[in-house]
Amino acid sequence: MNFFTLLTALIDGLLIGVVYGIAAMGLNLIWGVMRVINLAHGALIAMGMFTVYLLYSNFGLNPYLALLLAAVLGLLMGMLIYFVAIKRVQNAPYLSTLLATFAVNMILIGLGTAAFTTTPRDSGFSIGSLSLGPITLQGTRLVAAFVTLAVTGTLYFFLYRTIPGKHIRAVSNNRAAAELMGIPSVRVMALSFGIGAMLAAIAGALIATFFSFTVLSGDVYQQKSFIIGVLGGLGNPLGALLGGLILGVLEGLLPLAMPNTWVPVIEFGLFIFILLVKPSGLLGGKK
Amino acid sequence: MTILLSVQGVTKRFGGLQALTRVTFDLPQGQILGLIGPNGAGKTTLFNTINGVYVPDEGRTMFRGKDVTGKKSYELSRMGMARTHQIVRPLNDLTVLENVMAGACFGRENHPLDAAEKIAKEVLSFVGLNARSSQLAGSLNVAQKKRLEMARALAAKPYLLLLDEVLAGLNPSEIDGMVQTVLNIREQGITIIMIEHVMKAVMNVSDRIIVLDYGHQIAEGSPEEVVNNPKVVEAYLGDTRMVKHLVREA
Amino acid sequence: MKTRFDLGFWLVLVAIAVIAFPPILGQNAALREKTFTILLAIVMASSLNIIMGYTGYVSFGHVVFYGLGGYMGMYLVDNFAAPLPLAVLAGGIISGALAFLLGKAILRLRGAYFALVTIGINEAVRTFVSNFQPFGAATGIELQFAVYKPYGGPAQALWFVYYSVVGLAIFGVVFSYWLKKSKFGLALMTIREDEDAAEVLGIFTPDAKTWAFVFSAILPGMLGALFFFKNGNVEPSDAFRLGFSIESLVMIMLGGQGTVLGPILGALSYQQLRGALLTSDIVIGAFPLKDFQLVISGVLLLLIVLFIPSGFVGWLRQRIPQLRRVLE
Ligand SMILES: Nc1ncnc2c1ncn2[C@@H]1O[C@H](COP(=O)(O)OP(=O)(O)OP(=O)(O)O)[C@@H](O)[C@H]1O
Ligand SMILES: [Mg+2]
Repeated sequence: MNFFTLLTALIDGLLIGVVYGIAAMGLNLIWGVMRVINLAHGALIAMGMFTVYLLYSNFGLNPYLALLLAAVLGLLMGMLIYFVAIKRVQNAPYLSTLLATFAVNMILIGLGTAAFTTTPRDSGFSIGSLSLGPITLQGTRLVAAFVTLAVTGTLYFFLYRTIPGKHIRAVSNNRAAAELMGIPSVRVMALSFGIGAMLAAIAGALIATFFSFTVLSGDVYQQKSFIIGVLGGLGNPLGALLGGLILGVLEGLLPLAMPNTWVPVIEFGLFIFILLVKPSGLLGGKK
Repeated sequence: MTILLSVQGVTKRFGGLQALTRVTFDLPQGQILGLIGPNGAGKTTLFNTINGVYVPDEGRTMFRGKDVTGKKSYELSRMGMARTHQIVRPLNDLTVLENVMAGACFGRENHPLDAAEKIAKEVLSFVGLNARSSQLAGSLNVAQKKRLEMARALAAKPYLLLLDEVLAGLNPSEIDGMVQTVLNIREQGITIIMIEHVMKAVMNVSDRIIVLDYGHQIAEGSPEEVVNNPKVVEAYLGDTRMVKHLVREA
Repeated sequence: MKTRFDLGFWLVLVAIAVIAFPPILGQNAALREKTFTILLAIVMASSLNIIMGYTGYVSFGHVVFYGLGGYMGMYLVDNFAAPLPLAVLAGGIISGALAFLLGKAILRLRGAYFALVTIGINEAVRTFVSNFQPFGAATGIELQFAVYKPYGGPAQALWFVYYSVVGLAIFGVVFSYWLKKSKFGLALMTIREDEDAAEVLGIFTPDAKTWAFVFSAILPGMLGALFFFKNGNVEPSDAFRLGFSIESLVMIMLGGQGTVLGPILGALSYQQLRGALLTSDIVIGAFPLKDFQLVISGVLLLLIVLFIPSGFVGWLRQRIPQLRRVLE
């Protein structure tokens, strides 16, 4: 095997991995703040995909501008989901929130299927590619990785440097104490769910610029988010980025060594292994 | 005088916090041992290390002549240890009767359901809860839940009963009733260790008292000896209510 | 607790009989097919209820046992012309064995972590089977027509399968009832209410949980073998469809988790509703109602979770305590 094939596969994997990483970051943020596994994450990812796809193919709107809209939509949708489906049951046994978010998933996917059917879509968007000697990288993937890093940076600035961000971290650390200090925990949780959903939508929007997809594709990426989230440590947003990189490397390199269809077996095997051996993830998360 | 329980140099740490430091004592069969000490002294932690919820970092525990260090709590329960929890843990969605049957079914005597039901009914009338037996445990009030904890532990017919603040949160007449119940249990030949903040009660019923402070065993002896021990008064300084209690006792 | 098989028991049995016997009495093939899916759902929900409702561990990927049993049965029928009862038994055994092997390891995880690992296991097994040549890899296993011969041809085989599923359903609910009323059942419910307290009371929780998991896996395994034999072929995406797991959870929630009657009523009403939606010809605006089956199911699930989390039977038991002795 050629060294450059290997290197290209590795870089490609890393670029895509960070994009998966921000979807997982959303999942981890939500878990960290309110101990909810968001089973509607896939539907939100799909929503991001369709926002970009519809705006680009119908109105020719640049996908990166459409992405901003997808993000806003994700934020609002997340807050809506929080108030409708989560707030009432967030202190109930965890089964309630699992099923509540799954119900939201059914509703969104059901609406999507009724409106758009499940035929595959492709945005057909391209911004050329970048060649460095024998290594060729797709432009959309490069931009996607940069957008991801920018979003991560912004998120961290938000969490560590702004008041609402600090509130989120306070509630995440110790909700009871945060409430005693007068932090409005309901608003904070709604915002966190909104941001978590926004990250999912952004990931979907970026994926739509380089992969084809259907209404149901969100499920596949949701499962990747689970794997990544658990790898990095549930509740640890930065861990998600690491998890994304690991998954990206696996997806880039494993197909060179084995048939493509074995890759998910390895990934899910790893997922189970981490849950059993170090459920707090590689970087340590919150139980 | 046979020794039922022997705790030998038991040490337990939580990260950097030394919750128990070389706690050592022998408990003869049939006695009531009072365990007192300020909040956070390590009393509940000592129970947890005795009954297998935690494994001690150092030291050993012997129960009925066997080394039981590191045994799981379900193994110790089968060997004849039962306890109540400081924060009550009723099985909310089961009836009061079923709660107590669980004690009889899985405790030392490992009864089948029918026999367990018979025992549960006896124990429920012993602690005065028989009128509530078909109610869901979650619907009881605090005092009743404390009695339920006690009943569940008793139904296991243990050799050793660990009582963690069964008097806390009860009003004076409830306390008198509960103290009487504890004495009645001893009449049945059951050995008891009792963690208590209500000084009057613990002084009255205990044969011997151990005082813990920051995980150290700072005093030990008969109730009179302990009350007159300056170290004990010092440990409770800052806890004015407790000092007043002690002074009144002395 | 004295009379183990009391009124509640007979109520459960009558419920199954009322559902299962009409197609047999009328020898009605169309009704049989409809009832088959209901009984299938009842067995699945009642089994899942053992680990979820009695023990308090929510197995999200429970369909893995159904799929694996299905594959095992199909493999034996296809390669060794195994008689159906044997294939069904093998399906149950392999699923029970998988649950036994997994149990000790995964039942240490509590709460959402357990739910996640069961999803992971289902996906791992699904993707593995998609690569596993003896099970036909991605294309699965397709039965020859000839395998139905010993049963008097395909039409008769369908009746044979139906009688078998009725048998499984009766066994399933009787077992479920007996378990709930047994000492072991009390251990499981104690674990559900407070696992740490259960240990202190003397319950060997790792063993108890593992056996509960095994008991809840065996019937789905047998059921899978039965279903895919009837179906004639099995593919990874059908056998390990996560959606089926979650539908079973929904049925349990609908009827009332931890009760015996709940999963039966939940399965019945869920399947009836689904059937009604899928075959409905009502059109709202430009959209036929049947396109919204998923949306309506989702809304229904959300309403149950938010407003009646104890389900229909659980709600009745709370409202009318006298019913507790009848509605188990
Ligand atoms: N599981 C644990 N992890 C970490 N620290 C613990 C744990 N359990 C107890 N501690 C700490 O160990 C110390 C002793 O606690 P313990 O509950 O044994 O005290 P106690 O004497 O029972 O107090 P109280 O009278 O308030 O019940 C405390 O500082 C407590 O915070
Ligand atoms: Mg304590």
